[in-house]
Amino acid sequence: MAGTGIGARVERKEDFRFITGKGNYTDDINRPGQAHAYFLRSPHAHAKIRKIDTAKAAAMPGVVGIFTGADIEADKVGGLICGWMIHSKDGTPMKAGAHPALAVGKVRYVGDHVAVVIAETLAEARDAAEAIIVDYEPLKPVVDLASATKKGSPAIHDAAPDNQVYDWHLGDEAAVKAAFRKAKHVTKIDLVNNRLIPNAMEPRAAIGDYNPGEEAFTLYTTSQNPHVARLVLSAFIGIAPEHKLRVIAPDVGGGFGSKIFIYAEETICVWAAKKVGRPVKWVADRTEEFLAIAHGRDHLTHAEMAIDENGKILGLHVKTRANLGAYLSTFASSVPTYLYVPLLSGQYNIPAIYGEVEAVYTNTAPVDAYRGAGRPEATFVIERLMEVAARELGMDPAAFRKKNFIKSFPHQTPVIMCYDTGDYNASLAKAMEIHDVKGFARRKRESAKAGKLRGLGYSAYIEACGIAPSAAVGSLGAGVGLWESAEVRVNPVGTVEVLTGSHSHGQGHETTFAQLVAGRLGIPIENVAIVHGDTDKVQMGMGTYGSRSGAVGMSAIVKALDKIEAKAKKVASFVLEASEADIDFKDGQFSVKGTDKSIDFASVALQAYIAHKFTGEQLEPGLKEGAFYDPTNFTFPSGVHIAEVEIDPDTGVTTIAKWTAVDDFGVIINPMIVEGQVHGGIAQGIGQALLEGAVYDSNGQLLTASYMDYAMPRADDLPSFRVDHTTTPCPSNPLGIKGCGEAGAIAAPAAVMNAITDALGHENIAMPATPQAVWQAAQAGLARAAE
Amino acid sequence: MPKVSMTVNGKRVSADVEGRTLLVQFLREHQRLTGTHVGCDTSQCGACVVHVDGRAIKACTTLALSCEGANVTTIEGLANGTELHPMQAAFRTHHGLQCGFCTPGMIMAAIDMVNRLGYDLSEETIRHELEGNICRCTGYHNIVKAIQAGAAAMGGMKVAAE
Repeated sequence: MAGTGIGARVERKEDFRFITGKGNYTDDINRPGQAHAYFLRSPHAHAKIRKIDTAKAAAMPGVVGIFTGADIEADKVGGLICGWMIHSKDGTPMKAGAHPALAVGKVRYVGDHVAVVIAETLAEARDAAEAIIVDYEPLKPVVDLASATKKGSPAIHDAAPDNQVYDWHLGDEAAVKAAFRKAKHVTKIDLVNNRLIPNAMEPRAAIGDYNPGEEAFTLYTTSQNPHVARLVLSAFIGIAPEHKLRVIAPDVGGGFGSKIFIYAEETICVWAAKKVGRPVKWVADRTEEFLAIAHGRDHLTHAEMAIDENGKILGLHVKTRANLGAYLSTFASSVPTYLYVPLLSGQYNIPAIYGEVEAVYTNTAPVDAYRGAGRPEATFVIERLMEVAARELGMDPAAFRKKNFIKSFPHQTPVIMCYDTGDYNASLAKAMEIHDVKGFARRKRESAKAGKLRGLGYSAYIEACGIAPSAAVGSLGAGVGLWESAEVRVNPVGTVEVLTGSHSHGQGHETTFAQLVAGRLGIPIENVAIVHGDTDKVQMGMGTYGSRSGAVGMSAIVKALDKIEAKAKKVASFVLEASEADIDFKDGQFSVKGTDKSIDFASVALQAYIAHKFTGEQLEPGLKEGAFYDPTNFTFPSGVHIAEVEIDPDTGVTTIAKWTAVDDFGVIINPMIVEGQVHGGIAQGIGQALLEGAVYDSNGQLLTASYMDYAMPRADDLPSFRVDHTTTPCPSNPLGIKGCGEAGAIAAPAAVMNAITDALGHENIAMPATPQAVWQAAQAGLARAAE
Repeated sequence: MPKVSMTVNGKRVSADVEGRTLLVQFLREHQRLTGTHVGCDTSQCGACVVHVDGRAIKACTTLALSCEGANVTTIEGLANGTELHPMQAAFRTHHGLQCGFCTPGMIMAAIDMVNRLGYDLSEETIRHELEGNICRCTGYHNIVKAIQAGAAAMGGMKVAAE
């Protein structure tokens, strides 16, 4: 498609600054007179703090201030919060332990914040931190997820004596039991959803700045949602009221969920700025990121599926134990509950579903949303079950899926969600054709000739995006509404600034949002600027996560543009001396129906501001409109990914031989950007399946705390991907967008593991399927085959 | 404090630095060239790649003092005003970046790849040669395409110049 409107492959407007080294990330910002913060972190997973002696450190060169939990308490700085209330089966609220920004009395994971040293230089702050003497009384750590709630486990929080955060459920247990009684076949699996560390390439960073004249704070921070950060820092942590706290999230180098949360470090930087009377800057090094950023996933699951004599699914029972780490992070409680169990229906017509989730504390870093957040875990469960069930039934896995696909919409699942639209057969058929599934048997024979094992695996995923109708999430325990805001400011010369509460940290909003506005107003895309990431410019917003910026953020812009067009038509009617009802607007021109009288958008903008053609009684001058958009439903992107792997049984190395993705994202604004999102998501999903895994030893020491120990996907671990689409527009938002940011990460792990187990001929392997694990599994499989 | 002098993007610069000052700190903090990034501190991620005397090095694990008298090129030294280096242009055309944080290092590593291996780079070669650069956003798919196209464009420019 030519031009720059919706559907065009427009090159990104933001790229020039990034490819020339002129980006403006938090660490690129320096405030006059700034000092540097360094956090002294706990070396123990679980210990009482008997005493902290800072006297020697305070006398070190360059030290400006040293603060501990006692100072936080004395200043009545509130604790970090978890903003989603979950109730257990018995109706009791989740057990939230206190989460002070600096440890008070006890440390609960390696990397927990014990003290902050603020000094003239970072090197001086580090040197002084080494001189702080902390008298710890080590306690037995709770590290193992499976046994964390066992009798005799030490309590991590007094509030949760058995380390259980909640024991929650969703669905109809009786109906599921009845379904299993009727079943001809039951498929059972046990799954590990391995713990991941998000690893956006830009480490977290913060600068706190205090202006004593105005008694106002500014926080520069690596955030996906600066307004939410301001809200939490104001209303809950109590740093400053919202009108005295400005939060700026400038260029942010990736987030993947990990920069949603309000952490100790930025809280301390902004609080300490006033304490020391200097701007305070903190930049994480990579090991700090590994230790103290919110991790992702970490589930143990047992799942059972009941199937009738015709291969139709009757019911699903899923029991999951979720690790939430040492403290409840900002949205931690919602991830293994409402972002997980409601997605267990997948693309299938399953009459009865019952999900049980027990969330536990351990002496590990907090766990929260990471790309997909609950939905990759759900997809892994249902898509592994589908593949294993098909194998047990002797059915083709694609045919088994087709038999059980939801075929009419809207479809109400037994677990909250009402799917609005989709065509699951279409994406499966297209993916199978593109992938040449028919040629797989031949390719497998060729691999066998070379001594290799070849396997093919499907993943037919669904996700719930466009998060979310505020009233709906409110009824489920969310502490906030999940609408989005937009303001469209037309300048007198006809250029346009769009202020959005969404935040771009790689998604390309400066381009896609401008495509929408330029197309709608018929103006050059160069004349549109997208403004985001500053609470002093954008009044309020909920930020970017859950693939919500297109479906929710752009819908808010559409609403504001509707108002702009209506007002501009009024202005044009005065200028063209015609009735407002007779004004048409098309391709940037306002014209009077049935005449050749017209005026372009920029001229109308000027007329709106000079206000010579109408009186104040007739019309307000100016051309600026705002809107809030609250979605009426979730959106339901879906698709089919097919992974084909080749395994060398002698080395255990798994090669991704072929990858096909066919996604239904509804209407696509910029195919180039959407494909990029899919590529990146798949890479993270393959990373989870083959390479990545956070490992704590039995003492709670993180063994994977650098890129030398945590295997990030690199270019030669991955193939090129074949990415295509089918389209059923989303009916619940004005643009028909469903969202695309998480799809790859949601679909990929199951596809890889289905392919690997297909190649191995047995199911006995867990993620990450490293060469060692695959080698062992391959040898076991070969031995079994030889018997 | 010892004094260090070098040429950065064609300009002679010098500063008094602590012995432990890294090249990346010298560039970012003393020269205010913040396009060179620090992603890992352990020479793994490559966000800090710059060219020293024509060779790609990781500025996060190089002492500034060891670059005395060297000729350093950073991401800021590639474009001629708004006229992009062909590798920069290729990253934009092929959507080889998303958040942009790894991008300066990727582009500097890619140009070094072309300098060493020529203008006709296979996908396999590019993927292998990128072992010292990590990107979390793109899945490398479009980075590989961008480097292949950028390399060819650099070759075309050389031919045109001759």
